[in-house]
Amino acid sequence: MNVSKEQLIDFIYDEARMLDEGRYTEWLDLWLPDGHYWMPLDYQQTDPLNVTSLMYEDLFMLKLRVERLNGARTFSQKPKSRCHHVIQRPFVDEMKGDSFVTTTFMHYVETRLDEQQLLALTAKHDLALVDGSLRIANKRVDIVNCDAAFRNIQLLP
Amino acid sequence: MSKYSGNPAAAAALFEGHQVHRDVYIDPEVFRLEMKHVFANAWVFVGHESQTPQKGDYFATSIGDQPVIQVRHSTGDIHVLYNRCPHKGTKIVIDRQGNTGKFFRCPYHAWSFKTDGCLLAIPLKKGYSDTGLDQTEGAKGMKAVGAVHNYRGFIFARLAQDGISFEDFFGDSLSSLDNMVDRSPAGRLEVAGPPLRYMHHCNWKMLVENQTDTCHPMVAHESSAGTAVKLYEELNLPEDAPKPPAMEIIAPFMSPYEFFENMGIRTWPNGHGHTGVNHSIHSNYSQIPGYFEAMVESHGEEKAKAILDENRHNTVYFPNIMIKGPIQQLRIFIPLAANKTLVESYIYHLVDAPEELTARTAMYNRMINAPTSIVGHDDLEMYERAQEGLEADGLEWVNIQRLRTGEEDFSEEVVENGTTERQMRNQFDAWARFMTWDAPAQEAAE
Repeated sequence: MNVSKEQLIDFIYDEARMLDEGRYTEWLDLWLPDGHYWMPLDYQQTDPLNVTSLMYEDLFMLKLRVERLNGARTFSQKPKSRCHHVIQRPFVDEMKGDSFVTTTFMHYVETRLDEQQLLALTAKHDLALVDGSLRIANKRVDIVNCDAAFRNIQLLP
Repeated sequence: MSKYSGNPAAAAALFEGHQVHRDVYIDPEVFRLEMKHVFANAWVFVGHESQTPQKGDYFATSIGDQPVIQVRHSTGDIHVLYNRCPHKGTKIVIDRQGNTGKFFRCPYHAWSFKTDGCLLAIPLKKGYSDTGLDQTEGAKGMKAVGAVHNYRGFIFARLAQDGISFEDFFGDSLSSLDNMVDRSPAGRLEVAGPPLRYMHHCNWKMLVENQTDTCHPMVAHESSAGTAVKLYEELNLPEDAPKPPAMEIIAPFMSPYEFFENMGIRTWPNGHGHTGVNHSIHSNYSQIPGYFEAMVESHGEEKAKAILDENRHNTVYFPNIMIKGPIQQLRIFIPLAANKTLVESYIYHLVDAPEELTARTAMYNRMINAPTSIVGHDDLEMYERAQEGLEADGLEWVNIQRLRTGEEDFSEEVVENGTTERQMRNQFDAWARFMTWDAPAQEAAE
């Protein structure tokens, strides 16, 4: 099966919509088992392991994060946060066999109670075609003001 | 009508041994007094020397509400200067770190200063001849803080010119810092990357108190740690399968009350204290290959074992830092307003130890203390609910009397049951004393 540029771009749009609509089970199913969601702390950070990141999460952590959002005693989600992505048309940077790389600029809004914050992001997706469907191999999300002091970021930018 | 302005004794009286008045958390005047008295007379953490390794390297931060610069002088020693040009008040540096070369130069009128603060040059200086500039405080250059002490790489400063000595202030509590540094086979730490920066809309003391609050993890963190345990059980992995790293870091937060009771709490004079006298959530971390051997190589087997058998949980250094010796983490609670605190969480690399240890510490930092951390979300929710709840009239006191059965003497070191709130009381005892530390001198001056 050949993957078109259009399909890759649709995939990124669909993922953003899943997150905004809170369809986390579907979203987790997009991930390959060894994938990591990386959100660097430093501008142009190269090392996810030996310095601090905001997130560097395997699938267990991502499942935990999602599961917690609906917990009966998850007090920081009473009431729940909501989020909203506005994305530019993704750039398809690489198409090599069954592996693909895209870069997407986006604005992310997260809100809860009377607070709302806006983050400008660059998301880099490593995608792979496995058994006929596109999956996320890795995802890196750089916040443009990554070194600023943040309030809670509770959902997934 | 002001209740506390100019009256530190009235603020100090808000601590009554078993309870503390809500004004210590919500009143802006009490906050002003804390900045002026507590943060000026105590020894406050500034930074680590590895943040300014080369001559001319500087790091800008604050001591309480005072903007300061930690800078490596041309002689190699570290100075702490107020970040203010003596001329018009302009901040000399605005980036968080950098290198200034041989001197600081104010960007406004180009007054320049040596890296120990001394005035170096003023453009068109003849304009000041016969004006008596040399009689003014500005002519001395950038003002240095009252005193600076470098303890094994950790830079502390006292703003007040005179006051308690570094040794008297910290006493035996330095054993926790010693243990953290001794865990490096070279006896040296290096900062690993920038800190997490997390903005809290609550009073700084709530964060400090929470560091030795052992009755909250299994409640407030049920949502994160409890869910982690549940998810892991559902995976039904065989006994010998490697655990997800999250389990090693997050799951111990769900330990039962008994675990925290037995871990013990030690308090030292001047508001310092630590949880985890006997064990802690860090006790059962997996071994990293090659580390123990490196420790034995440099310390000898007996001392290496003694260092690594110590598993202190959180050590609070009054007024506003917490360190975790076993994982080389330091958190500073920077007070911005009565209801606003910036938390910065640093990690350090153990020089000559395997990098896997730093990786685990970095993992701990991001899993527990990041603005994106599920455990951090649990905590911040509680602090901010408390900050808002304290506005409720009718009940004006906050209770801190758990396991307090009578008058307490905080001038002695004691070890108690790990669920005592003695360390919170110990902090307030120091807070009240440093609040009124220079009161007699002030009255005499008035």
